[in-house]
Amino acid sequence: MTDLSPAQKKYLTHIRHEKYLIRISRIFLFLGFLLLWEISAREEWIDSFIFSSPSAIGQTFLHMIQDQSLFAHIGITLMETLISFAFVVLLGIGTAVLLWACPKLSKVLEPYLVVLNSLPKSALAPLLIVWLGANVRTIIVSGMSVALFGSVINLYTGFRGADPEKLKLIRTLGGTKKDELTKIVLPSSVPLILSIMKVNIGLCLVGVVIGEFIGARCGLGYLIIYGSQTFKLTWVLMSIVILCVIAMVLYAMLDLIEKYTLKK
Amino acid sequence: MNPLLEIRDVSLSYHTVSGETRALSHISFHLMPGEFLAVVGPSGCGKSTLLNLICGLLPTEKGTILMNGTPPLPGDPRIGYMLQKDHLLEWRTIYRNVILGLEIRKELTPQKLSCVEEMLKTYGLDKFRNAHPSQLSGGMRQRAALIRTLALKPELLLLDEPFSALDYQTRLNVSDDIGRILRKEQKTAILVTHDISEAISMADRVIILSARPAHVARIVPIRLSLTERTPLASRSAPEFKSYFNLIWKELNQND
Repeated sequence: MTDLSPAQKKYLTHIRHEKYLIRISRIFLFLGFLLLWEISAREEWIDSFIFSSPSAIGQTFLHMIQDQSLFAHIGITLMETLISFAFVVLLGIGTAVLLWACPKLSKVLEPYLVVLNSLPKSALAPLLIVWLGANVRTIIVSGMSVALFGSVINLYTGFRGADPEKLKLIRTLGGTKKDELTKIVLPSSVPLILSIMKVNIGLCLVGVVIGEFIGARCGLGYLIIYGSQTFKLTWVLMSIVILCVIAMVLYAMLDLIEKYTLKK
Repeated sequence: MNPLLEIRDVSLSYHTVSGETRALSHISFHLMPGEFLAVVGPSGCGKSTLLNLICGLLPTEKGTILMNGTPPLPGDPRIGYMLQKDHLLEWRTIYRNVILGLEIRKELTPQKLSCVEEMLKTYGLDKFRNAHPSQLSGGMRQRAALIRTLALKPELLLLDEPFSALDYQTRLNVSDDIGRILRKEQKTAILVTHDISEAISMADRVIILSARPAHVARIVPIRLSLTERTPLASRSAPEFKSYFNLIWKELNQND
């Protein structure tokens, strides 16, 4: 390390302190919230039957881990999310490529895509149950329906934004539309694809939980609905906390993939 | 000797919903093998359009363009094209950028690759072969772009203001550099530029186009009394100034 001037050292210390402060504040906010919740429930400021409490949630969590039922619920939700995400990636990129390759087709389909994208997908879920039955397939389709149309539109817009001069370069080198795609459009869209997918994995989770609300025997969405119907609100709150953690982990996973890919 | 390229009475219009714009009107000239031709004209007069026609990216509407007797096809392998910017792809290394054309044409033969190797060595890019474009200076990047074009062994090279994105000092150096390389490789070339000095310093003949719809206003052969003609040395040739004035006057007459 080179010698730093006192002013530079002071600046760096200041930056570091600020970082610590933010991190500690975050942790305290979380712990403070839990503490307040717990005390409010014990002192009966709030009705612990409907608001539950952190300790009750923790106990339920431990209990359900012991009888191993929780893993099945988490596992199925996670699996459905990942499968629908994989389909969204494949179908999203595939459709966007198709639209890019046939400008006429994309012009024809544009209004339909916009409508499908703006449509609240939860409205589709009851229909999907009837059409496809109350099974895993329906839930995967429900997960896909939330993320697919938006990602097609975003990917297609990104593909079209490829530098026209670079496409001309490919043509002057004797390349075809396929070369434009594989040499320019796809490689230049890698950062875009990754950032779109980062958003989409969360959307898939949303769709999967909506699907589980209506047509499942297992999964965290089922747990939430079952819990609310039998007034086991501790179950509901625990499932929500687990969903938060899953969403965070999935996002962090793709964030890591993005950082790794872009660094190369 | 037969001309390499013949352009006979070429006209072209752009069509948009709001109307038709005549871009080129009755352009005729020819190009001998080994000759370096510069095309100057006011901006927006259709210089780049002319190059797009010659390399077959745009279909000819009226008139004929013949390259060794046959009309050029889109992406014609006989023609190399250098665009305004180097357009090196950031996600490829310099080496993989340089072989891009060979890759597209599926000509990654040992013979062509060894030719690329030689050019990389001759033009000082060998030690940057695994670097990415952003790590290179503007001049180096242009060299890499030139090697990418020359790797396909084109008979005719089209240069569409290839130095216009560079700052002035780099621009003089790079045009000198590229000019020397093209003379050494004995390439036939057409340079499109709006820079009169650049045209005179590099070309054997300068074609002056008028404002739109562009027609050939004048063709000026450049003869400089120099022992060794390089683009930089040309700028200090005694005839340079009078050529400059001649072309300058011709360009402004047409306004």
